[in-house]
Formats: sequence, structure tokens, C-alpha cells
Amino acid sequence: MIDFSEVDVLDTNDTITYQCKGPWTLHNITKLSKKLKTPYKDKKIIFDFSKISDFDTHGILLFIQTIKKLQKQRCNVSKIGETEKFIALYQVCEDNFPSDVVTPKKDVGISVFLYNIGKTITESKKTLINFFSFVGGLTEAVGIVTIYPLRFRLQAMFYHIENSGIKAIPIILLTSFLIGIVIAFQGAVQLEKFGANIFIVEMVSISVTRELAPLLTAIVIAGRSASAYTAQIGVMKITEEIDAMKTMGFSVWDFLIIPRVFGLMISLPLIVFFADIVSIFGGMVVANFQLGISFEEFALRMQESVEIKHVVIGLIKAPIFGWIIAVIGCFRGFQISSSTESVGKYTTISVVNAIFWVIAMDAIISVLLTEIGL
Amino acid sequence: MSVVIKATNIVTQFGKNVVHDDVSFEISQGEIFGLLGGSGSGKTTLLREMILLQKYASGSYNVLGKNIKKISSNEAKELRSQWGVLFQFGALFSSLSVLENVSIPLKEYTNLSKDAIKQAALMKIKMVGLPESAAYLYPSELSGGMKKRAGLARALIRDPKLLFLDEPTSGLDPKSARDFDELIVALRDTLDITVVMVTHDKDTMSSVLDRFIILGDKKVQFMGNIKELRLSDNENLREFTNGK
Repeated sequence: MIDFSEVDVLDTNDTITYQCKGPWTLHNITKLSKKLKTPYKDKKIIFDFSKISDFDTHGILLFIQTIKKLQKQRCNVSKIGETEKFIALYQVCEDNFPSDVVTPKKDVGISVFLYNIGKTITESKKTLINFFSFVGGLTEAVGIVTIYPLRFRLQAMFYHIENSGIKAIPIILLTSFLIGIVIAFQGAVQLEKFGANIFIVEMVSISVTRELAPLLTAIVIAGRSASAYTAQIGVMKITEEIDAMKTMGFSVWDFLIIPRVFGLMISLPLIVFFADIVSIFGGMVVANFQLGISFEEFALRMQESVEIKHVVIGLIKAPIFGWIIAVIGCFRGFQISSSTESVGKYTTISVVNAIFWVIAMDAIISVLLTEIGL
Repeated sequence: MSVVIKATNIVTQFGKNVVHDDVSFEISQGEIFGLLGGSGSGKTTLLREMILLQKYASGSYNVLGKNIKKISSNEAKELRSQWGVLFQFGALFSSLSVLENVSIPLKEYTNLSKDAIKQAALMKIKMVGLPESAAYLYPSELSGGMKKRAGLARALIRDPKLLFLDEPTSGLDPKSARDFDELIVALRDTLDITVVMVTHDKDTMSSVLDRFIILGDKKVQFMGNIKELRLSDNENLREFTNGK
């Protein structure tokens, strides 16, 4: 038994003999393919397999490839010394030898570029229409639930309030506190120059309650919950749970979407309220240590000069953000198709979309309200 | 014939739930060996233990001459290169086409040229009875039976000595299931592999399996071939042969 694979070429007059030895298996195939040279034309060629110790389909595939090459060069190829097993496997491999390897053609260059642009546009259009129909469906479902309140899944909604709302409170409080400190700190330096120390109160209270706390809360929730909703619904789609629900006559709106949408619309303003308090407290701490404004002074000034409307505007924005996050999260979830890759793709898209639309909506509201003088 | 897998006194536990209590069996070279039993009898668990996917409480497995409990990571890698596994639903990588799925082991573990890999992969794809045109499809575009065939092609790509199949015919229509059975026998005959399969299928059992064990009540209830089972007078076991 020879335990190294080898091929010797004996060249006598018109006949060339390939003496094959040792194991011809996947392990040795690269080495062998380098040794198997086929420079012959119009010759008689014999493959001697009698000294082969082991073989597998990869070894045989190499033979077939070599033989085909030689035949193309008008050589007469014959084989000797094969065992029965070898013949059987050889037959199977030859039967299944791939026909001329044709790769589906790929277009290149400018046409692909244009094609991709066109594809993106038509797909975006489709997505937009689907989104509108999703929102329409949701509105209809909410209408139905309003008429038949018994269909409202209260328990599911509380589940989502707990998971998307209550469990997010610690991280939101921490970020809000830090934001309050940062705003007050940066403001304090500037205000000190004017000797307008006391205005730190308006600065912190208005900017935080009207804009920053709702925005920040919405962004954190978008990162936490939009992704979770998309992935949950997407995996339910892949495992056919959604189809199962439909066949049993359960409405996905009632069971999956409405509890999530209402869950966020209810929990967001509540979280924003906490975020308001904590970030103002952050401002108070800085005002106290940096500018020497005591907590009592801060609170008094706030009562005198900061209108309640700022807090109210902030709290009104919160459910709108909640709606955006939940609707985008659910919508993208239903776009997930059967592949695991699309879970990652749409989860990413859902978070990015949700954050973008939260900020865009905030900008729109900000402009609108300022225009009408609020 | 040499023994390929030897399981001795295997005990498996999930928490307090004992799945296998003192299970032993041997699988010889060139055999098609079946793991049978009712739902929850731990057939698939047994298979997963053999392929290093699941831990077990005590006992020992000797797979291709290696005790898999005391195996170094290099030995494990070596062992893994000698077997192929077909999972119940194919477990094809959904982001890759069939051709890429089948050729990925060669791409990772050999330095063959791209064309050689492609040819080898296409040959295996044809060998398991898929048309060459299926090579460029993605798993989501395949039927259940095609997914299994593609999974089998991937399991066979490195010419393993051992092939593990988890319910290869479940979810297939009767004709596809019989075709798949024939394919497995044909592959065993030509490629000289040992096949271990978990199955429920009674036709597979009588036409394909050389020997099998029936698991039940945490133990091996029966070991042998179909003729021996038919002669057995145990009523519970006879269910496996008679349909009901």
C-alpha cells in the first residue's frame, strides 16, 4: 500500500501511461491536479489505476476532467486496472458530470446602475403604497375596536406597556439626567458672561420639557422597541404563526398591532413626564453648584416664568412619536420574508426609519407651533 | 466489519427529566442504521450527541475511533470533516444559493480552484437528483424535498465516511420519500458510507434500514432488523411494523 498519492507518466513511443498511485481523495486533490499535466496531442493514452489505494468522488472527478481534456486534444484514452468499486463510482460520477458549466449571465456597467435606480424607485413606491394601506388598515381596525371594545386586547397592551415602557425607564432616566446636566453646564458658562445667571432656569426648563426630553425618549424607545417589534413579527411570519392566526380567524390587527401601537402611545407620555422631572433636576444640580442658584430659587423662578404650555406640548408630542415608532416597527415586521437575512435587514431599516421620522415629525411640529404662536 | 460508532451506557438528562437511561448500541461500517421511537423518546437527542451538538450526563460514545467526551478541539475538527449531517429541514444558509451552500465546505477547507469547486459541487447536486438549474436558486425558492436534497448534497460534498440524517423523509410526499430512500441506498452502495438516520417512516424502515434500535421508556426496547422485529411478540413494538 502506498500512502502518498502520486502520478507517474511513462512515455514510450506513441503510448503514454499515467501510473496512478496512492490515495486519490479530497485531501490530496490539489497536489494531484498540479501533477496531472496534459501536454499530449494525437496520442494513445492509458490510465493505470491498479496501484490506487483509496479514492472518492473528488479523485474520480479529477480523472474525468483530465480525460475530457485529453479527448479534446484528440487523444485515445483507455483505462486499465480498475476495481469493481472504482468502476461503479466512476459510472455514477460520469453520469452526474456537470454539463458545460454555464453561469447565468450578469449584466455589468451602466445598465446595471440604471436598472438598480429604477428598481429602487419602483420598490420605494410600492413600499409607500403598502405603508399607506397599512395605516389605513390600522385606522379601520381601531375603528372596529372602538365600536366593539370587547375586542380590545387589554392584557396584550399591558404586556407591551411593561416591556416597551416600564423596562425602558431606567435607561431613559439616566440619559435624561445627563442631558439636563449637559444643557445646564454649557448654558451656565455663557450666561455667566452676561451675569444672567437666573435665566438658566428658563433655558433648562423650556428646552428640556418642550423638545429634548420627548425627543430623547422617543429615540431610545425607537432603538429598543421598533427593532423588537419588527423582529418579533418577522419571526412569527417565518414560523407561519401569523398564517396560523389568520386561519383561526384571529385578526393580526387586534392581536399584534393595536396592543403595540396603543401600548407605546400610552407609555411614551408617561415616560416623558419622568424624563422631564429628572432632566430638570439635572439642571438644578448644575445651577446649584456652578451658578449658586439654590433649589428653592430655581423652583420659584420656574413657577413664575416658565409657562405650563411647554410641558404640555412636550407631552402631546409623545404619543405621536409612540404611534410613529410602533407603526413603523410593525409595518417593517410584516415586510420580512422567509429568509433569515431579511430579519436583519428590516430590523435595521425599521430603527433607522423610526428615528428619522421621530426627528422629522418633531421638526414639523416645532415649526407649526411656532408659526401659530404657541 | 469494523465498528464505526459505539455508544455505551449513555445517560442524558435535562434538569430532572431523564431522557436516556443506560442506552447502548453499535453501528458497523457500511450499515444504514435507524434510530426509532415515539415522539419525545430522544431519537434526535441521541443523534445530536453523536455529532457533538449536545452534552450528555454519563456514558461514552466512540465515533470513528475517538471517544468524543475527551476530544481536543483539533480532533473534533478532524472528526467533523469525516461526517456529513442533513438536518430535518435542510438547514441551508438562506443568504446563499444552493451552489454556494454546497461548495462552502470546499471553499473553507481546501485550496481547490474556483472552477474545480464549482464542478465538484455541481456533480454532487446532480448526484442527489437536483437539476443543474436548481444550483442558482436560493433556499426560499425551493420546495421542502428540494431543500433536503440540497442539504444532502452539502452533507456529501467532502465525501464523508459517516452520514447523519435527521428524519430525511418527513414532510415529503410518498413518491419523493421513496425516491429519497433509493437515493440513500444508492449512495451508500457507491460511496461506501455508513448512514445513521432518525426516522418515523415505516416504509423507510422496512426497505432501507439494515438495522435499527427502537427507543422507548428511556431505554433501548429493541435492536435488530425488520425480520427480527416481526417475529418479536412484544405488542408495543409490533406497532412499528403494522401501521397501527
